[in-house]
Amino acid sequence: MGWLVFAFGIWVAGWGMNVVLSRRAPTRLLSLIIPVIFGLTLILIWEGIVRGFEVSPILLPTPSDIAIKFAASTSILWQDFVQTVIKGALSGFIIGCGSAFLLAIVIDRYPFLQRGLLPVGNFVAALPIVGMAPILVMWFGFDWQSKAAVVVVMVFFPMLVNTVQGLQASDSMQRDLMQTYAASYWSTLLKLRLPAAMPFVFNGLKIASTLALIGAIVAEFFGSPTRGMGFRISTSVGQLALDLVWAEIVVAAVVGSAFYGGLALLERAVTFWHPSQRSRVN
Amino acid sequence: MKQAFFPVLTVVTALFVLWYGAAVWLNSDWAYDKAKRANVELSFSELVSDTWSQDKPKLPAPHQVAVEIWKTTALKKITSKRSLIYHAWVTLSATLLGFAFGTILGTSLAVGIVYNRTMDMSVMPWVITSQTVPILAVAPMIIVVLNAVGISGLLPKAMISMYLSFFPVVVGMVKGLRSPDAMQLDQMRTWHASASQTFWRLRLPASMPYFFTSLKIAMAASLVGAIVGELPTGAVAGLGARLLAGSYYGQTIQIWSALILAAILAASLVGIIGVLQRVTLKRMGMA
Repeated sequence: MGWLVFAFGIWVAGWGMNVVLSRRAPTRLLSLIIPVIFGLTLILIWEGIVRGFEVSPILLPTPSDIAIKFAASTSILWQDFVQTVIKGALSGFIIGCGSAFLLAIVIDRYPFLQRGLLPVGNFVAALPIVGMAPILVMWFGFDWQSKAAVVVVMVFFPMLVNTVQGLQASDSMQRDLMQTYAASYWSTLLKLRLPAAMPFVFNGLKIASTLALIGAIVAEFFGSPTRGMGFRISTSVGQLALDLVWAEIVVAAVVGSAFYGGLALLERAVTFWHPSQRSRVN
Repeated sequence: MKQAFFPVLTVVTALFVLWYGAAVWLNSDWAYDKAKRANVELSFSELVSDTWSQDKPKLPAPHQVAVEIWKTTALKKITSKRSLIYHAWVTLSATLLGFAFGTILGTSLAVGIVYNRTMDMSVMPWVITSQTVPILAVAPMIIVVLNAVGISGLLPKAMISMYLSFFPVVVGMVKGLRSPDAMQLDQMRTWHASASQTFWRLRLPASMPYFFTSLKIAMAASLVGAIVGELPTGAVAGLGARLLAGSYYGQTIQIWSALILAAILAASLVGIIGVLQRVTLKRMGMA
């Protein structure tokens, strides 16, 4: 009972604090603190409710249990991280996004390809591509190569469609100006069209970053060596070691957010001129 | 539309040619191996016909997949466990349920975020963070846990679909509900419109184009969620189960036919929303 009161108290305190804080003039710091308070509140409520209702740790471990497990199994988590994120997701991400980017530049040069490939690309981008995972695991074996292949297939089309769209983002006035400078195709591409495409490219990269992790993990459900985040999750679920599963989820969440956040920072540095970056309230 | 027809046709034809070519290339090892053991020399045409008709090819040729789909949809009773329609229906029902939950959750979160400043500042960052968590990775756990609590069948899969599909709806609806400009909002104020009148007569109608666009993304995401949600349940029923069973037994044709059917399902669901969008927006005078 005490824990339930604790959870309720935390909720009132946390939400109350945010109500007060959000009434103040928005600053950079405040827009960081408020979500952090909200997140901490949720975690404490989770702790309180699980303890209060005495939920079995097999169903839902408390955050403190997960933290202890996390600290105790860092070597396993690191091994899985290297296998899944560095070898599988990252290499696939680089290959997939890189080749999509290059193909987009080729497509952009030939309007015929553009009209033909874009509808097909849009169609494929909406398909459940994760389903390709078992096939690719069959082709490339159980190790990280097949995971990278799944990631390549998953990130390729969103990246392609976004880049092609971005390359058309410069308007005809700007292109005419380049023409009056007698700029060649390549200097127009490098100095006008690629910079103008960057907001779209980063949009594609952000979508691809979340897809890459998902692809690498789900591909491991179809067969993997005895390490890797997907492998660990599916075997630990079988052993009902849910605290380890949650520790893996924490790793995945941190990696996913860091990846996304890193791309967002890079985007701000590269596309500082774009309205969506300039017109910040704070 | 007409302008795109010929190029699209060319690209699709090229894809099929590539597919057939890749089938010859990938399956030739097995064909050569077989020929060697039988001590016969393979001519090129024999090689091609063999690679296009193996039982468990590395890459089945399109016509093999088409025949398999025809056999498992049209020639089987719908209630049979071998009917792909049956499996597609299992997946479809989870998809639609999750999609409905996700749309409701997403829309109500968006309304809260637009009308409540505290919620905007505390919840919105977490909505975005929630999508950087590879939820599909958690799918097996959700299924197992919900099973242990006694919730099984459709609902766990629908929960995963919901988690994937609420995000595009929140983001799209927040944008949409905020799309009326200051002039229009001022106009409502001069009419002394109440908050609910402003919502029902200005903000909601204005958000419709955004709503439908995010529904399309949500539907595709929801289908992926349902398929992955079927993987850990031990491959009982559904398109995801067909994928898993196919990969266990090396039945590539079965995998491909499930995959193609999933693609058809995704395309038609998104297509239906597209039609709804066109009709609704036309009646509202927005398209």
